[in-house]
Amino acid sequence: MTVITGSTPVKPEREWNIGWADVGPFVALIALLAIGFAVNPDFLSATNLGNVITRSAFIAIIAVGATFVISSGGLDLSVGSMAAFITGITIMFMNRMAPDWGVSAIPAGMVVAIAVGLLCGLMNGIIVTVGKIEPFIATLGTMGIFRALITYMSDGGTIPIDRTLRDAYRPVYFGTIAGIPLPILISIAVAVVASFILYKMKYGRKCAAVGANEDVARYSGISIIKTRTIAYAIQGACVAIAAICYVPRLGAATPTTGVLWELQVITAVVIGGTALRGGKGHVWGTVAGAVILELIANLMVLSDFVSEYLVAGVQGVIIIIAMLIQRFSK
Amino acid sequence: MSSVVSIHRDGRAPVVQADDLARQPVLRAENLSKEYGPVTVLSDVTLDIHPGEIHAIIGENGAGKSTFMRLLSGYAEPTAGSLSMDKGVVRFVGPEQAQQAGIVLVHQEILLADALTVAENLFLGRELMRNGVVDDRTMRRLAAEKLAELGSMVSPNALVRNISLADRQLVQIARALLDDHRLVIFDEPTAVLTGDEVERLLSIILQLKAQKIAVLYISHRLDEVQRIADKVTVLRDGKLVGTHPGHSLSQLDMARLMVGRDLAALYPEKSPAAAGERMLSVRNLSVPGFAKDITFDVRKSEILGFAGMIGAGRTELFEGIMGLRPATGEVELEGKSINIHSARAAIDAGIGYLTEDRKGKGLLLQERLAPNLTLSALQRFHPGLLMRRRREQTALTQAVDQYDIRLKSLGVKAGQLSGGNQQKLLLAKILLAAPSVVVIDEPTRGIDIANKAQIYAFIQRLVMEGKACVVISSEMQELIGICDRILVMREGRIAGEVSGDEMTEHNVALLATSDVAPGKGEGGNR
Repeated sequence: MTVITGSTPVKPEREWNIGWADVGPFVALIALLAIGFAVNPDFLSATNLGNVITRSAFIAIIAVGATFVISSGGLDLSVGSMAAFITGITIMFMNRMAPDWGVSAIPAGMVVAIAVGLLCGLMNGIIVTVGKIEPFIATLGTMGIFRALITYMSDGGTIPIDRTLRDAYRPVYFGTIAGIPLPILISIAVAVVASFILYKMKYGRKCAAVGANEDVARYSGISIIKTRTIAYAIQGACVAIAAICYVPRLGAATPTTGVLWELQVITAVVIGGTALRGGKGHVWGTVAGAVILELIANLMVLSDFVSEYLVAGVQGVIIIIAMLIQRFSK
Repeated sequence: MSSVVSIHRDGRAPVVQADDLARQPVLRAENLSKEYGPVTVLSDVTLDIHPGEIHAIIGENGAGKSTFMRLLSGYAEPTAGSLSMDKGVVRFVGPEQAQQAGIVLVHQEILLADALTVAENLFLGRELMRNGVVDDRTMRRLAAEKLAELGSMVSPNALVRNISLADRQLVQIARALLDDHRLVIFDEPTAVLTGDEVERLLSIILQLKAQKIAVLYISHRLDEVQRIADKVTVLRDGKLVGTHPGHSLSQLDMARLMVGRDLAALYPEKSPAAAGERMLSVRNLSVPGFAKDITFDVRKSEILGFAGMIGAGRTELFEGIMGLRPATGEVELEGKSINIHSARAAIDAGIGYLTEDRKGKGLLLQERLAPNLTLSALQRFHPGLLMRRRREQTALTQAVDQYDIRLKSLGVKAGQLSGGNQQKLLLAKILLAAPSVVVIDEPTRGIDIANKAQIYAFIQRLVMEGKACVVISSEMQELIGICDRILVMREGRIAGEVSGDEMTEHNVALLATSDVAPGKGEGGNR
C-alpha cells in the first residue's frame, strides 16, 4: 500500500473505476441481441431492430427524465397518465387552432405540450418537496388525477387529431434523417442533453448529492426542495417530449394511452444501473434499459415461447430481479 | 418477599436467605474488559454489587459507563474478565439471559412501540395467555396496578404516542420491574424528567432498595447521586478510578474524580490573548426543544469552547444558527444580520459548520473526494452553470497537501479513508467555502491521537489567520487545551462561562452538571 504523504505532490490522474452498474446494462443488451439472433435470425434485421428501437423511444425519453427524479431520491408513478393527459391537451389545442393557424398549430401545440409537462412535473415536485408527502403516495394521487382527466376529456372515447394536420405531423414519428427514424434521434438528443446536465453541470452534482444523502446535502447548503422540484419538472418536460412523438403514431389520445408506462419507465431506470434509493444517475444505462425492455417484448412476439399478453408480467419480473441484484450486490 | 406485583415468576432466579443476601454480592464483576477492534473502551474493572444498595456509576462522556452497563445486562459480552453470581461464573448471551438471572437494564432512550397501548407495551413479547388467546383484561389490570405503584396515573389503554415523555419513561421502568429482579440498572433515568417526576423516580429507587434489590444508577446529575447513592464508583477513560461511600463525597469531589488528569502536550500553545473585534454575535437565540434564549459573542482570532453534557443543546443551538433547524433570535456576522432560516445563507455569509456526524451528515461516503470537497462551495467554485473539473482536481491536490490527508490515490471514495483523514477532508470542505467563523462540532471524535494533534494545530492556524472559531466538544480536556474561553451549557441554557485560570475541568463539570457555582468563577450568566 502506498501512502501519499503531505510533502509528495499528487498528480491529478483520471480514474477509470468502472463498476458493474456502468457496463451491466450494455452487456445485458448485447447478450439479449445474441439470444434473439439464435431464436430467430430475423431479429437482427435492420428493419426489425429499427422498429424495436423506435418503439422504445417513448419509454427511453420518459425514463431519462425519471433518471433525474430517482437519482435525486424521488419517484414518479404518474408518468404514464401524465403522458396521456398531455397528449389529449396537445391534440385538443392543435385541433382548436388548426382552422385559423393551419399547419403552424403543430409547433404551437408542441410548445403547449412542453409547458403543460413542465407544470405537471412542477406540481408533482411541489407536492413531494414542499408538501413533504412520500413520492410514492403523491404521484400515485396525481397518476389517478391525470388518468381521470384524460378519460373525462375524451368522454371515455378517443380524441383524434384533425385530418388537416395528420399528414404534416406524421414525419415526427414515421420520418427519418439519414435513414435513422426521427424518434430514435430525438431520444438520443434528449439523452445527450440529460447527460450533459447530470454530469457536466452543477445541478447534476446537487441532484446526486441530494439522492445519496439528504443530510449531507442539507448541511452543505444545498436546497433539497429546489433540487428535487427541478428533477420533477425535468421529468414533466421529458414526458411532454415523449407525448409529442407519440401523437402521430396513433393519431389520437385515449383513456388507455400510456397505461403501465410507469412500470416500464422505472424498470428501465433500475436495470440501467441507477439505484432506486437515489444517488448517481446513469442516463445511458437507462436508455439501454428501455431498449432491453422493448427487445424482450419483441422477442416474445417473434418466438412464440410466451404469449405476448404476458409482456407486462415479464417486465414486472425483470424489475424485481434487478432490485434483488442491487440489494445483494451491495 | 416483595410488594412489587409479581407476574409469571418462573423460579429460575435462585431464592437465597435474606441474611446471606446482605453479605454476599448479587453480582461480582472481575477484571471486566471490552474492546471494539483496536479501541479499548473498558479495561479491567472489578466491582461488587450488593443487595439493598444503591450504587452510582459516574464518569465523563466516553468513560465507559454505558459499556459497563451493557456488559452487566447481557447486551454485550466482555472481551476479558468475568461476571459471577451466587452460583459461580455466569455468561449472558443476550439480555434475555441476564433477565432470567434477575438483572434488568432500564434504557436511557425510550424503547416503546408508539402505536400500541401502555398495557400492550408493558407485556410486549411476554403476553399473558388464557385459553390460547391474549388475555387483555388481566394484562390491563396488572398494568394499572404496576403503574399506580410507581405513582403514574396514566391509563393502561392510552396509546404510548399520546402520553408524555415522563410517563413513557415510567412505562419503561414499569416494564423492567414487571418481573422480580435482583439487580436493576438505571441508565440516565432522569435525563428526560423534571422536578416532581425526578422525585417520584428517586422514591421508587429507594423503595427497590427497601426490598433488598440492588440498584445501579448512572447519572450526570451529581446532586441526585449525592442524595441517594450508598456507594459511588468513578470511571475514567474506561478504567475504574475508585469506589467511595456515597456520603463521603461532595459534588465537587465527584467532579474532580471524574476528570482529574494531566493535559498532554497534545495542544498547540495558545496565542497570547489577541482576541479582536466581534465577529459573530448571537442574541436571544432559541431552538424549540433544545436551546433557550442564548446570547453570546465570538471575537476575531478567538477560540470559544462550548462544553456540556450530551443533550445539553450545544449541537442543536448551532444547527439553529446555521438554518438547519427551526430557530428564533438574531445572528450578526461582522455587524451584518444573517438569515437564520437557510443553510445556504449562513454558509454564504461566512459561517462554516463542521458536523459532529461525519459519516451521516458530513461526507458522501460513496462519492470520490473531489465532489465531497467542493459540495458546500459549488457556486463559489463553479461560477455559472458548468463544473470546472480541472479546478476541482487542483483544489483536491492542494487540500490533500495542506491538510495532510493520507490516501492511496486521489480516486478513492470518501468512505475508504480512515476516520482522521475523513475529518481532515471534512475540514477542508468547510474551509473551501471561505468562512470567517468556523464552528467545529466534536473536532476529534473517533480519531487517533496523531490526527487529533494535527487537527488542533489546524484550528490554531485558523485563528492565527484572523478567523473566529467555535469548538463544541464533550471532551473537557480538549476544550481546556485549545480554547481561550469556554461557555458551559446545561439543559438548553448557558450555565456559565469560564476563562483563564478558572478554566479547570471540575469547574466546567460542575457547571455542566449542577446548579452549584464553581469556587469564584461564577462567570457571566448572560
